[in-house]
Amino acid sequence: MIAETGLAALWLAAAMALLQLVGGLTLIRGEGRLTPVIKPAALIQGALCVVSFASLMWLFYTTDLSVLLVASNSHIDKPLIFKLAGTWGNHEGSMLLWVSVLSLSGAAIALLEKRIDTRTLQATLAVQAFVALGFFAFLLFSSNPFERLFPAPVEGAGLNPLLQDIGLAFHPPTLYIGYVGLSVAFSFAVAAMLTRQVGPAFARAMRPWVLGAWIFLTVGITAGSYWAYYELGWGGWWFWDPVENASLMPWLAATALLHSVSVLATRNALRAWTIMLALVAFAMSMAGTFLVRSGILTSVHAFAVDPERGSFILALMLMYTSLAFLVFATRIGTVKQGEPFQIISREGGIVANNIFLSVILAIVLIGTLYPLAAEAMGDKISVGPPYFNKATVPIALLLMIALLLGPLLRWRRDELKRYKYWLVAFFAVSLWTGVAIWRFVPGVGIFPILGLALSLALAIAAWVPLKGRNLLRTPLPVFGMVIAHFGLAVSVFGMAAESGFSRETLTALAPGETTKVADWQVKLDDVRPVVGDNWVATEGQLVARNKHKNFVLRPQSRQFYRPEQQTSEAALLTRWNGQLYAVIAQPDENGDGRWQVRLWWKPFVTFIWFGGLLVAFGGAIALLGRMFRRPKKPAVNKWAQA
Amino acid sequence: MNRPWLLWLPLAVVAFIGGLAIYGLVVPKDDMVHSAMVGRKLPEFSLPPATEGVEGLSSRDLADGKPRLLNIFASWCIPCKAEAPYLEALKKSGAEIDAIAIRDKPEDVAAFLSEFGNPFRRIGSDSEMGVQLKLGSSGVPETYIIGGDGTILYQHIGDIRAEHVPMLLEKLQEAG
Amino acid sequence: MRRLVYLACALLMIAQPRLSLAQGSGPTPELANRQLADPAKEKAASQVMHALRCIQCQGQSIADSDAPMAATMRAEVRQQIADGKKPDAIRQWMIERYGEWVSFEPDMKGSGLLLWAAPLLLLLLALFMARGLFRRKS
Repeated sequence: MIAETGLAALWLAAAMALLQLVGGLTLIRGEGRLTPVIKPAALIQGALCVVSFASLMWLFYTTDLSVLLVASNSHIDKPLIFKLAGTWGNHEGSMLLWVSVLSLSGAAIALLEKRIDTRTLQATLAVQAFVALGFFAFLLFSSNPFERLFPAPVEGAGLNPLLQDIGLAFHPPTLYIGYVGLSVAFSFAVAAMLTRQVGPAFARAMRPWVLGAWIFLTVGITAGSYWAYYELGWGGWWFWDPVENASLMPWLAATALLHSVSVLATRNALRAWTIMLALVAFAMSMAGTFLVRSGILTSVHAFAVDPERGSFILALMLMYTSLAFLVFATRIGTVKQGEPFQIISREGGIVANNIFLSVILAIVLIGTLYPLAAEAMGDKISVGPPYFNKATVPIALLLMIALLLGPLLRWRRDELKRYKYWLVAFFAVSLWTGVAIWRFVPGVGIFPILGLALSLALAIAAWVPLKGRNLLRTPLPVFGMVIAHFGLAVSVFGMAAESGFSRETLTALAPGETTKVADWQVKLDDVRPVVGDNWVATEGQLVARNKHKNFVLRPQSRQFYRPEQQTSEAALLTRWNGQLYAVIAQPDENGDGRWQVRLWWKPFVTFIWFGGLLVAFGGAIALLGRMFRRPKKPAVNKWAQA
Repeated sequence: MNRPWLLWLPLAVVAFIGGLAIYGLVVPKDDMVHSAMVGRKLPEFSLPPATEGVEGLSSRDLADGKPRLLNIFASWCIPCKAEAPYLEALKKSGAEIDAIAIRDKPEDVAAFLSEFGNPFRRIGSDSEMGVQLKLGSSGVPETYIIGGDGTILYQHIGDIRAEHVPMLLEKLQEAG
Repeated sequence: MRRLVYLACALLMIAQPRLSLAQGSGPTPELANRQLADPAKEKAASQVMHALRCIQCQGQSIADSDAPMAATMRAEVRQQIADGKKPDAIRQWMIERYGEWVSFEPDMKGSGLLLWAAPLLLLLLALFMARGLFRRKS
């Protein structure tokens, strides 16, 4: 019964979305009879989706094997947390999660949004319903999560050890929630174009959604990077793989949007551009999902591939984005140019931010799709890390230079000479760091030197906006901005230190032998077999010694059976100033009793992810500030005009 | 806005990417890595016998004036077992076949030959895959056609099936 | 079907780095997992290895892969560096065998030219589009 309830709720929710859309269409001819229906329909749609998702979760909780999805994705012996995570750990469930969060966001807008005028609100909900309808159709016609299985199996499909990873259980839904947030921004943007209300009120209504989405995307990418780092066993943390790029592109667009929307909210400028970014951000999240699912690009992460579903997502993506850009091309001309400003101004700084982020986004997009285009022309080429690093890092460094000064500037117009002491200070810090590294550490590349120099300057510059403020009366979003910018400095410091100063030792050791990596003496004490649930492993006991202390690391080489596969479990020793990364592999066929050992000392590598989390934390602080500010009067704005 | 054409740019980009994506979905992706050595001379190599009772293989053995097939196989590779009867058929039709065994042990090769037959004139053992790398070969099984002067004329990737036999024979004929 | 077999092989390679059943067994070349004694040469070799694509596990560089073919390719790169060959010549050596596909860094010629020009072109385009935004000092 539960499964049928869930399915019925899903159908009803789809009907509500249809009702919303029809109500929205009547808006075109002014207030129609169905218009008042939009808001309640959005609320009911949200409630129905909660019922539907809860039903599926219950089915997974009770491991109801008469449901096909449960039978093929769960097992009676699975730990509870993985049973529950199984709800969204598969295609159908994750799509249901997606559409449920989408509907809930719609309900939240209907309930809480008081800043924009009623017509724009209704139009937003109608667009939102239009987006949701595509996903409802997808679920109901091609991936029904509640399909029954007859006869029911006894215990469910086997346990795949790789997917029983807490990181993998929460990584995809984090990104999906981010994508949904971007779809809300998309709905706001299309609605504002339709009702010609592209102004500060619209920007303030859209901003929390962009911010929320961006926080989830930041966390998702940070976590994904760390997962690849410890799981793949070669010490890399970013591979410029198509699937990684697919998650990076929406983040870049969202970051740019986050900044431009604040210009629109505060200064009523960058109107058309902000709309454009909102559309691009959503298009990128759809494109990312498509790239992951369709398998048209060769990727390490090939497990999610399903071309048929890929084509469905492609169809949805093309429909939404081309309609939206059509509206953009025909309507945006009527949106007046915003308020003017000078180059040296806060707006100018944010324009620089937007230019650099957009260019990086375009490079990543072009580089990712280039092999496909070349193949269409009969050329088989690869575009990988060497290209992406050389093409994007210089622009990222320019972005950091702009970031040193940008947040200090006043709105509208400012004078550089007001900041001459700061500029000199930033320049001195960068120059001193750069020259010191170049002089005393031979063989470090230019990018790591510049990255370290600029990240140190930025670590100071990030806090300067707080100078001269009464900290108790400073708005939370300012704190959020400062923390996020500081987090970026921390992260870049980690990246530059890792790529410039990592030390590597690849060797073969017999028990009792010692090797060296950076300042560490590492001895292979012992190698012994270990037995796990569904694997056996050879575990090396390594003793790492720096000046006065000993630490033990236990990397494993695991052999799984049912299904049979072999993995390396790296052992990480985390110190405040870096990580020692150790991997042991099966002995060579040469068979001289020695074990292959790979060791890395990665200075400050943890700063990469710690910085990423700080960025997200800053975003969360800003979001709190935006949500719990006393709502101002609904904007009657002198700029808001058709 | 004084540059209206710019407004249509995003739509054009969407159309372009959409076209590319549809191309990617419709045209099957060629996952194989083809050797760029086709049309060039065989690299110099000399491999020891893969098991007892067979002769090893060197590049000079392959350039003795007679065109022949060079099969890259391994006892641990399942498609290699599937193609064994067709190699046999090729041999019966007059093709001379040399082979290179990849990452294999003599006893495994011997067991493989006794179970699936031995259509090979010589079998070299490439335990470190060094020759495979020099040939631009990317996996097992693969079959090359080598001209009498030691030129690589053709590369067949994957197992040989019934429908490939006449094609390979024809190409071998052309080479001679 | 053959495509399927290959796909399955590729998937196996990704998930099962050194499965003895699927990849046979043989000695790993000495230089596959040992560094060159000269740090400068090892660094050059490492750069080449990071720029070459693994033939078996298609998404990774040979420096990040457990596949046997990647090991053979690493050994080849280190050997050639040790023999005094220039990094670019080694890249070309690989391209001669496997085509442009094997290099993660397209050449700055032909179809690769547009790719390398893209960052600069995009930056110029962005500046061109942004120039109308600013007001002159009044």
